[in-house]
Amino acid sequence: MTGLATVMLSVIDSGEQITFWICGSLALIGALGMVLSRKAVHSALWIAMTMINLACLYMAQGALFLGMVQIIVYTGAVMMLFLFVLMLVGVDSSDSVVETIRGQRLAAGLAGLAFALMLIAVVSRVTLGDVGTQGADAVYGGNMQGIAALIFGKYLLAFEVTSALLITAAIGAMILAHREHIEPKKEQKDLSKERFLSGEHPGSLPPPGVYARHNAVDTPALLPDGTLAENSVPASLRARGSIRTVDRALGDEVHELAAGDGSLEGEELR
Amino acid sequence: MTPNYYIVLSALLFTIGAVGVLVRRNAIVLFMCVELMLNATNLALVTFARVHGNLSGQVMAFFVMVVAAAEVVVGLAIIVTIFRSRRSASVDEASLLKY
Repeated sequence: MTGLATVMLSVIDSGEQITFWICGSLALIGALGMVLSRKAVHSALWIAMTMINLACLYMAQGALFLGMVQIIVYTGAVMMLFLFVLMLVGVDSSDSVVETIRGQRLAAGLAGLAFALMLIAVVSRVTLGDVGTQGADAVYGGNMQGIAALIFGKYLLAFEVTSALLITAAIGAMILAHREHIEPKKEQKDLSKERFLSGEHPGSLPPPGVYARHNAVDTPALLPDGTLAENSVPASLRARGSIRTVDRALGDEVHELAAGDGSLEGEELR
Repeated sequence: MTPNYYIVLSALLFTIGAVGVLVRRNAIVLFMCVELMLNATNLALVTFARVHGNLSGQVMAFFVMVVAAAEVVVGLAIIVTIFRSRRSASVDEASLLKY
């Protein structure tokens, strides 16, 4: 029985290793891509990848609730907010390549390297135990139940303060993003007055003519007096001079028809 | 599998985020780098919860997430406000107090 347990444990262990090496390297690639990509939108997508892989790592370590919260809150809400603001600010706002302070990039890279080496050296000297959270989960009957018991028990005050923080943040964002109207807002009445005062044609332009043989956009409509409605043809076609001509005789026929005598015959659109 | 690997990964992610904050100019990308650093610390917190067999680390990571969300909301609102007045999201542009 113990043999079976150790075999199972070793399988679980190697599974976790596979998860770690895949998700960990993907998270690292995402982080590097975020720092190195020139466009802000690409950075956002890279870091979304990092966050999803970190969620997998949380779950691999038994933090199931946090893994889901990571996906929902970070990749869902926070990254959406980032992309939303990116679209507001302008997607094409890529970073300038010019260094503001000379040699800053090199210095930052060296400092980062030294920092990482220091942290890794410290970590590699420590032997960390591996108790696992299974025991702590089992006390409450599951990971989510355990976290709920802690949040609504031991850390209740911190949780309540968090709600105040969130409300403050929401109100702060509203105040910061709010824009006062300097002049009164234009109503529909003002807009229509403006439209008529501008002297341009206030409504939509007449559609092209529809005849027995032609209804393409280069066919002009006929006005009630039989003349061509020039503005029923797109301006680019008018400029090119490729307006299909409508037979003048037709206009007379229309008049005859309107007067109630004769019939439309012989004359057709060319 | 020893949890040291997770801590090393967390340190690397944190460093990449810190270097990004130093190197990048776009305020929104700077915020993403800060988010990456917060995520790295979250990974360390979750790993420490596992090391000690205690769920408090996970609760701390949860609180970090909440604070990060609030911070992002306010920070992005500030960026939008600055962009409205200066038409730029670069952190070098906001230098009015210098002169």
